[in-house]
Amino acid sequence: MDLRYTEDEEVFRGQLKEWLAKALPALPPAPDPLDWPGRRAYDTAWQRMLYEAGYAGLHWPADAGGRGATPTQHLIFLEETERAGAPYVGANFVGLLHAGPTIAAEGTAEQRARWLPPVLRGDEIWCQGFSEPGAGSDLASLRTRAVRDGDHYVVSGSKIWTSHAEVADWCELLVRTEPVSDTVPKHRGITWLAMRMDAPGVTVRPLRTLAGSTEFAEMFLDDVRIPVTDRVGAENDGWRVTMVTLSFERGTAFVGEVVACRRTLGELARTARDNGRWDADPALRRRLGRLGAEFAALWRLTQWNVSESQGGSSGDSGSGGGRGGFGVPGIGGSVFKLRYSQARQELYETAADVLGPDALDLAHPWNQDRLSSLSYTIAAGTSQIQQNIVAERILGLPKER
Amino acid sequence: MEFRLTEDQLALRTGFRALLDGRFGRDELRAAVERPVIDRALWRELGDAGLFSLRLPEADGGVGLGLPEAVLVFEEAGRALLPGPLVATHLAAGTVPGADTGRTVVAASDGALVEWLAEADEVVGEAGDARPVRSVDPLTPLHRVSGERADRPAAALLTAALQLGSAARTTELAVQYAKEREQFGRPIGAFQAVKHLCARMLVRTELARVAVYAAAVTSGAGDGVRAPDTDVAGAKLLADDAAVRNARDCIQVHGGMGFTWESDVHLHLKRAWVRAGQWITEAEAEELIAAAL
Repeated sequence: MDLRYTEDEEVFRGQLKEWLAKALPALPPAPDPLDWPGRRAYDTAWQRMLYEAGYAGLHWPADAGGRGATPTQHLIFLEETERAGAPYVGANFVGLLHAGPTIAAEGTAEQRARWLPPVLRGDEIWCQGFSEPGAGSDLASLRTRAVRDGDHYVVSGSKIWTSHAEVADWCELLVRTEPVSDTVPKHRGITWLAMRMDAPGVTVRPLRTLAGSTEFAEMFLDDVRIPVTDRVGAENDGWRVTMVTLSFERGTAFVGEVVACRRTLGELARTARDNGRWDADPALRRRLGRLGAEFAALWRLTQWNVSESQGGSSGDSGSGGGRGGFGVPGIGGSVFKLRYSQARQELYETAADVLGPDALDLAHPWNQDRLSSLSYTIAAGTSQIQQNIVAERILGLPKER
Repeated sequence: MEFRLTEDQLALRTGFRALLDGRFGRDELRAAVERPVIDRALWRELGDAGLFSLRLPEADGGVGLGLPEAVLVFEEAGRALLPGPLVATHLAAGTVPGADTGRTVVAASDGALVEWLAEADEVVGEAGDARPVRSVDPLTPLHRVSGERADRPAAALLTAALQLGSAARTTELAVQYAKEREQFGRPIGAFQAVKHLCARMLVRTELARVAVYAAAVTSGAGDGVRAPDTDVAGAKLLADDAAVRNARDCIQVHGGMGFTWESDVHLHLKRAWVRAGQWITEAEAEELIAAAL
């Protein structure tokens, strides 16, 4: 148990902070959240700056164009960029955190050379075509079909909740290449394809969220032709490839957000002291204190998960009948996500109490965040699904069916 | 940064678990419930195993380890529901003769409560007006005192470690029962309602675990633990929460059996209530952390 950072890690942190101090003032003002082309331009400009400074794809392997940084260095990177107020990964999210790492791990040499550099340079944006209207939490039930026609797949179906679809160049697309039958279980027969968003037959219809913005879209695919050479992994092996995708980044995906929440909590306390609620409302004060403990522990949990992902499989430190805590990457992520998504919602509920009548004014950013926090217990696997994962895969309880 | 436990720390924990399994298993626990006295022979064995002298320098006859290691062995004591003023005696090692070897049983007042006062050889802190109460925990005799809350972060943190062990144990007990007990033709652990209760128990335990371990590291490994900081307060808060709520959920998973005296779960809940009232309470911890925001 050692929470100190090594000398090398501190050197890395120092260089990064120095660069951030110089780089951030050069950024243009942040765009309006509703202006997607503006957001794309802003996010890719930031990615370009990272690329030129050698910070793009920090944690990617060197032979994929990354820097091969350790998980701890990546943690420091996320911590310091958030602290400095740098832009969030934003529109580059899927390319950098999902599609890129998947292609790096499972793609051919040609595919890596074609797709990875533009992601790192910020030239191309990816979106994620996984969920469907009938296949959200039960992703393996997806029905979008791909039929082989010579050296192409012909794809028809629809996808939903596709973030950044409006401005994306490529889509990591899960399709069914073999129908479910007595011999083909639903997890098999799925294939991972890279689809150009400007291919004929692709229609994107933005969806409006309850926060009023267009964060995601519906996507309709009508006989879209995708070259077989744009398939990553083997035909019908897409589920395994997808699990590779999903195992990336668990444990660190929310690092920056925890740092941001701790900063927001400090702002809540200052505001409450200024507007008199601090002294007038001991219950509110105590809730702020409890959230302080929660977010401090969530930060420790992140460090724990990063340590786990860094060092093989020694850790049997958790509970659960000797079954090694949450040493398996992805499962630790479920423990984290369950508590984090809840704590984030409580943070903004508390913010509303701090604001009092101003909680009804959408011009205050906390109120926008209060609305968007509602998605956290749904997106990337609902809390109910995460609890099933924890119960079945960590605690070893029997499956429901 | 390497937050995970070292090989030595894992071995220490395994060793203590084995010692307690062999020396204070279920039969001994239930016998102690019927006759709640300090088992002096066991106390000396714990002393010989280094539970009390763990953080004393080797030159003074101690084990020479730090707070992170102390937290690990106290977690094991919490799992086993080991009774006695463990925290007070451990903290008295080096100042009260015989505490380090387990030849002296030391109780301590936190300004509100003293456990095992009548059985102790020495008492640390103000206990002049102590009056006995009928303790909610059959295995923890209690006295009420009226005074200022004692400011002993190491006591709060080690108490949090006991709570952590209890929270982990009740999670295991609930999961074990949910796998065995059948209703409607299948183990009750297959039902989401039960499954989700168990999952939330694990999440609480793991969050408390990282908070307790981290506080043990940040508070310094020596005897001089710095003033009751927010890390210790947060660790105690989350560990109290995990111990109390997990015990309640464990009773729920056990159904009617959970409400019987024969089941051990109520012992975990009652001990968790006692510990939650010791050294720093929920309200005190929340206020302390809030003040630092």
